[in-house]
Amino acid sequence: MTTSRDEPPLLRLRGITKRFGGLVANDGIDLDLARGEILALLGENGAGKTTLMSILFGHYVADAGTIEVTGADGAAHQLPPGSARAALAAGIGMVHQHFTLAMNHSVLDNVILGTEPLWAWRQDLGAARARLAALIESTGLAVPMDARVGSLSIGEQQRVELLKALYRSAKVLILDEPTAVLTPQQSALLFTTLRRLAQGGLGIVFISHKLEEVMSLAHRVAVLRHGRKVLEVAATGTDKARLAHAMVDRPVELPKALPQPAGAPALELLGVGVAPAAGVEPLVDVDLTVHAGEIVGIAGVSGNGQRSLAGLVAGTLLPDRGSLRLAGAPWPTGGPKALIAEGVGRIPEDRHRQGVVGDMTIWENLALEGYDAPDCRRFGLLDLARFRRRAQALRERYDIRGGGSETPARLLSGGNMQKLILARVLEPGPRLILAAQPTRGLDIGALAEVHRHLLDARARGAAILLISEDLDELMQLADRVAVLYRGKLGPARPRAGLELARLGLEMAGQGPAAADAA
Amino acid sequence: MDVLEILLQASFWAATLRIATPLIFGTLGELICERAGVLNLGIEGIMTIGAMSGWLFVFLGVDLWTGILLAAAIGAGFGLLHGLLTVPLGLSQHVTGIGITLLASSLAYFTYRVLLPDVATPPRIEPFQPMAPDWLLAVPFLGPVAAQQTALTWLALGLVPLLSWVLYRTPLGLALRTCGENPVAAEAQGLDVYVIRIGAVMAGSALMAVGGAFLTLSAFNAFFFEMVSGRGWICIALVVFASWIPWKALLGALLFGAFDAFQVRLQQVVGGAVPYQLFLMLPYVMSILALLVMARRAAYPQALMRPYVKGQR
Repeated sequence: MTTSRDEPPLLRLRGITKRFGGLVANDGIDLDLARGEILALLGENGAGKTTLMSILFGHYVADAGTIEVTGADGAAHQLPPGSARAALAAGIGMVHQHFTLAMNHSVLDNVILGTEPLWAWRQDLGAARARLAALIESTGLAVPMDARVGSLSIGEQQRVELLKALYRSAKVLILDEPTAVLTPQQSALLFTTLRRLAQGGLGIVFISHKLEEVMSLAHRVAVLRHGRKVLEVAATGTDKARLAHAMVDRPVELPKALPQPAGAPALELLGVGVAPAAGVEPLVDVDLTVHAGEIVGIAGVSGNGQRSLAGLVAGTLLPDRGSLRLAGAPWPTGGPKALIAEGVGRIPEDRHRQGVVGDMTIWENLALEGYDAPDCRRFGLLDLARFRRRAQALRERYDIRGGGSETPARLLSGGNMQKLILARVLEPGPRLILAAQPTRGLDIGALAEVHRHLLDARARGAAILLISEDLDELMQLADRVAVLYRGKLGPARPRAGLELARLGLEMAGQGPAAADAA
Repeated sequence: MDVLEILLQASFWAATLRIATPLIFGTLGELICERAGVLNLGIEGIMTIGAMSGWLFVFLGVDLWTGILLAAAIGAGFGLLHGLLTVPLGLSQHVTGIGITLLASSLAYFTYRVLLPDVATPPRIEPFQPMAPDWLLAVPFLGPVAAQQTALTWLALGLVPLLSWVLYRTPLGLALRTCGENPVAAEAQGLDVYVIRIGAVMAGSALMAVGGAFLTLSAFNAFFFEMVSGRGWICIALVVFASWIPWKALLGALLFGAFDAFQVRLQQVVGGAVPYQLFLMLPYVMSILALLVMARRAAYPQALMRPYVKGQR
């Protein structure tokens, strides 16, 4: 820490409490942040990290508690609740997990938005441009100023978010899970930038649930659990095990993949190509085989063709070139329904929009696939009692919590929603499973559950195509890993010989050859 | 008289401008609303009540410009209602807009009938008189066209560059466009999305009402039922035609005006050989065709018709 004892903290939160109905999201949280300090806010999903920062930034109003910010005069000022404008004026900048950018506007427009008085006859674009150029120069956050934000990469968009905060001369920077969308290399670059900014006197709050990055970046760590601050320590005086225990408070053991021989090919892609079109990521000449009893992982940053690959296997997209084969036979025609009937299970990337029908109940969602089987009917009508009984059994077996069978699926947490989808997909015993980003946004407990179910399916002989941005996940589960970059799929290589760093480079387009040369 | 002759007549171009004027007002008004992310299907009703109230105030004795201002204020009032229902309350913009149209036009007819229960022929007022600067009148061909236009037409034409400037050159315009692209981005930069969206709907609705008032205070000199007759809906289509860009809105309105002026004259040329209804159809058919060409490439405001709820993603 670079601050001396008698200097007042930059930011002081006292007794912040927030309830949503019966749920206490934040329970009397105290937190200080000093100049030049990087504070990591660690916790599982639903621990209250984002809620706390949303209160700080004025998106929510706390039920109790105060926020004080030290102004330029060195005196502490109380921040009025529920005003993003006041938070911005006090020098608090926030980089949200989901970027708050207008994709059709230029970088410059996004940065200067709201920084000038609204009622002016013209914008001083020249001055704004010069100031932003100076800022880019001094921080090293290189982005083309006049480019449309939507045309930038995710990493560049994140830089725009950082620039937005810094352009307003932020003193406190809050980053909500900033590495969730980055490759390891991009994360390392971000960390370098953040350290430099902190040296310049900026106070940084870094929200994460990844222990490694917290340990490597933060000066101090505060752990939240069920809305309470359960631990606050200097990062140098602690270790991962202690943080993990404080975060979860229950032993979480990630299941391990046991070696087993692979069987016959279950899924084959032969020279598959998908032409680029509106909303369709292209694929170029993809060859891939997934055998029974094998998990093949597809690594890559989102947007490089994952969605098309998933669409092909899920039956929602047809290849423009090449062909697919299922268990040695031609790919079934007749779309998703035929695929389900042939034993293809699909865990979609976007569980809210593609995985469940939010306004329908849990039992209805569980019955969505295979409701037209003959044994689901009585006198020609759907046998609802049978569906409900089955839902009851599945909820117990898959530990779906957060409501009864009649609860609308949209009210479930991400983890429970995913368990619902797993129950629906895995119960018929599919021979091929597509798992697209199956643990995205899940906390460690739910993640372990999903992994266990996938490994169980593998053990009974299912072939699994696992598409994930999480390299740790791929290294834990997959028998073989291939990297997808700009629609081209690299060779699927056995996990044993792979290094994380090299995969990261390949995800950024530096192919195996380039990595070897380096 | 053949087709080429029609196009060379000054009266044809004068009529084109006159027909286009209410469409320019309405289209620019709708464009402002939609740029901020709110579809305003109340336009047909707001134009009707603008036409009625502008006329009524002048009939009751205020001068023409005060009548225009009052009509604009009433339009803004209906805009406020539409804004309150669709922005903070987040109701369906389609349903609310249709409701506003029904409410405003019915209220216009009702007020008219209550105040003037016994009149058979609509009472007349003294409308805006044509005016144009002398230097323009001296220009060949343009002079006779300009000579027939009233101040409201010049106002409509002047609004196009003004709105372009505001949308693309001022902080307010950037804030408004951002509310239509991604309200979360606007909120995160400390802007009040509700205030900006409601303000935009009010300003846009005021322009629609002025477009309606043009009908009673300039094009005609009385109010009668069904006088707006779908112009509001045409404006909705013109906004899409214009890809939400003001100068293209002007182009679209002029194009439609030209088709309409053309069909009237064509009727006289072709005479009774073709049923006149086919000619009446012409401008609408042409707009659909133009829409097909233009709107395929249109970039919609990304948050159009999406209600923004604070604290929710």
